[in-house]
Amino acid sequence: MKSNKKEVLLEIHDLQIQGYSDEQWVDIIKGVDLTLHRGEVMGLIGESGAGKSTIGAAAMGYARDGTRISGGSIEFDGMELSTATEAEKRSLRGARIAYVAQSAAASFNPAHKIIDQHTEAPLHYRLQKRTEAQEDAMVLYEKLRLPNPDEIGFRYPHQVSGGQLQRAMTAMAMSCRPDLIIFDEPTTALDVTTQIEVLAAIRDIVDEYNTAAIYITHDLAVVAQMADTIKVLLKGNEVEEAPTEQMLKSPKEDYTKSLWAVRSFKREQKARPKDSVPLISVKNIDASYTGGEKVLDDVSFDVYEGMTVAVVGESGSGKSTTARCITGLLPPSKGEIQFKGEALPPDYRNRSKDQLRQAQMIYQMADTALNPKVKIHEIIGRPAQFYQGLHGGDLKSRVDELLDLIELEPAQYYNRYPPELSGGQKQRIGIARALAANPTFIICDEVTSALDQLVAEGILKLLDRLQRELNLAYMFITHDLATVRAIADEVVVMQYGKVVEQGPKEDMFTPPHHPYTDLLLSSVPEMDPNWLTTLLEERGVDNVGDAASTKIDPNDEKVQS
Amino acid sequence: MGDILGLIGRRLGLGLIILLVISVIIFFMVELLPGDIAQAVLGQGATEENLRALRKEMGLDQPAIVRYLEWLGGAVTLDFGNSIVTDERVTTLIGDRFMNTLFLASYAAVIAVPFAIILGVIVALLRNSIFDRVANVMTLTSISSPEFFLGYILILYFAVKWSMFPAISSLSEGMSFWALLERTFLPALTLVLVVTAHMMRMTRAAIINLLASPYIEMARLKGTPPWKVIVRHALPNAWAPIINVVALNLAYLITGVVLVEVVFVYPGIGQALVDAVSKRDFPVVQASCLIFAATFILLNLAADVGAILTNPRLRHPK
Repeated sequence: MKSNKKEVLLEIHDLQIQGYSDEQWVDIIKGVDLTLHRGEVMGLIGESGAGKSTIGAAAMGYARDGTRISGGSIEFDGMELSTATEAEKRSLRGARIAYVAQSAAASFNPAHKIIDQHTEAPLHYRLQKRTEAQEDAMVLYEKLRLPNPDEIGFRYPHQVSGGQLQRAMTAMAMSCRPDLIIFDEPTTALDVTTQIEVLAAIRDIVDEYNTAAIYITHDLAVVAQMADTIKVLLKGNEVEEAPTEQMLKSPKEDYTKSLWAVRSFKREQKARPKDSVPLISVKNIDASYTGGEKVLDDVSFDVYEGMTVAVVGESGSGKSTTARCITGLLPPSKGEIQFKGEALPPDYRNRSKDQLRQAQMIYQMADTALNPKVKIHEIIGRPAQFYQGLHGGDLKSRVDELLDLIELEPAQYYNRYPPELSGGQKQRIGIARALAANPTFIICDEVTSALDQLVAEGILKLLDRLQRELNLAYMFITHDLATVRAIADEVVVMQYGKVVEQGPKEDMFTPPHHPYTDLLLSSVPEMDPNWLTTLLEERGVDNVGDAASTKIDPNDEKVQS
Repeated sequence: MGDILGLIGRRLGLGLIILLVISVIIFFMVELLPGDIAQAVLGQGATEENLRALRKEMGLDQPAIVRYLEWLGGAVTLDFGNSIVTDERVTTLIGDRFMNTLFLASYAAVIAVPFAIILGVIVALLRNSIFDRVANVMTLTSISSPEFFLGYILILYFAVKWSMFPAISSLSEGMSFWALLERTFLPALTLVLVVTAHMMRMTRAAIINLLASPYIEMARLKGTPPWKVIVRHALPNAWAPIINVVALNLAYLITGVVLVEVVFVYPGIGQALVDAVSKRDFPVVQASCLIFAATFILLNLAADVGAILTNPRLRHPK
């Protein structure tokens, strides 16, 4: 695939990095070796806390605030970075080693135009004059298939979509034609359909300029498309390293195998109970935020008792808005929400306690959904007190019972605060809080997307067990089709605020599909290293991502793909 | 831009309403003060007839609400009536003095605002260094000392010991602009010392607050030198809080200068207000208070507009 692989560009030996926590320095990278040749793309994968990003930054001689490089050597093209002065290291950054961050929206300065940020490094290093640098930026924008390459750079970051910004950031990294680019989870924050465009653009440009890259991600299927070699990390240690093909076919270590064994969890699909009234029925609702355009347009679907309905679609498709309408946070402008056949008041303020209790929510970011200054038993106890009027001993035993339900030892967690818990445990507390109200219906809004794969699977298993034991109905909002495959009974696909397709899961995953469903399904990366190449050949490079989804009308006919 | 004009219009309207409420408060607070104005003007020896005649002349026999409306009607056309003590028009009495105060405030502001912001940027760049700590201690000391104390210290050194600047800032007709600047240097310097700390510390805090942002890390990883990271990448996003503190301090420069004016015998509106209160010259007190209130409202409006104009999301909508 690449030529000229012999020359070593970056050689990291026995790298050790410490982080400052609880008033002492603790090891977070415990002696990692890494050799990267010119033009080679290495994938670094592992769960959160594995030290992927820290190693990526260290390859630029950079230690984030609160960390320090405490040992080992980092040799970049003959220059030792661990002993270099700050000025020497700075002269490499942007010029010879560039960085592409996870969230382009947060990593572009909101105060400056995109092209002014692009030309900053070439101007600083006096490689080009301003007009030359701007023309070069437009050439790169065009190569990365950004729309209106001559004009887009003169916009401010907030005026450009996420996928476009991520490509503009890749263009910015290329501005000085560096020898090495660090890609730090560049597509994690994007929708699957947008992700493809960015992946294809990154791969082409890295190929074209024969740039070496370190590609950091937790998504195996993504790394399989991008990398020549893959290195697996676990808690600051290397697990193993091998060329991509070999690593995918025959991983050696058990940990790697456990990562490879994707989503072993799957549950039986249930059918709707015959002759029964749906528990929650969304009937022809339209909704808009104050003064804005319509964000929901004639949305209808039913959720039956004890069943899971997955609502999928890209960001902005109206999934979360639908949830807000059901809970009464956003009264719909047309249509109604029915509970067991009876209309619920549109505004939650007009609903009775008993009506409010029925529908509860679990949120994506357990970190921000739990008040960090409130003890666990108060977080869980509050809804139990509010809805059931429990006090004293009754309340305590109810909280204990709820903690038992989510598989956390009551005595151990009763008096603790959310920041003391891990991500998965916090999400369990979020679940317990929803259960405390004794609901019949729970809206799960992207509950696993912020979690590592293994932890997410634990949450899905827990939700499944609770559903069986308590006969709960779920509305599962997600953009992750693997999760849908694992847990859904029925699927609702949304685009631009409309339902484009709905039905039992098995039907949704077998053709014919609505063109939008087809686009979503085909955009999910697969472990096959040739998946992206094949897909681009089949669909055409201009027929993926945003470009493809704008061509689709929610009212289109189904297609046999 | 249409949005911003609409917003300024709305805020101006709101400001007028607030001003109206304040005018009510000012008028009736003065009304609540104990004692009889006519008695105060004529002194203890006045006869009942004289008092009655004066009350009638001043309109004091009318109900308060009527007098308020008359006063308000005058105030709208900048006619605050006549001084009780000197019988001069209030507008002529305090007009000049208000201009003097504005001059002194602008003089101090022109020095203090750039000085404080530049100093704030420097201490943000050299954060936690010796320079940072020294600058913090110095500015905090100056803000914690009472203005009159600072003023006398400055007089002691700059006027008495070193004879560099005059100790008294009395003004005379036909002074040249440079003479005026020299004459008022010490009061201006006192005010600079008082307002610098606040603005500097806010600049420092607003910038440091942004240093954890991903775009700052991105700038560093592009090889941008530290001073440029602060000036080009952090400062443009830190304006909103800085502008608000600057506006509050500018308002303070106009309304809080009473003591400084007294120390340097400067003929500003603060001194006029103190004189008027001690002489129960109510029209002057009311007019001064109204001017102060309008100053606060206008400067806060300016701060809001400034904060919007520095936010690219509001300046360049999607």
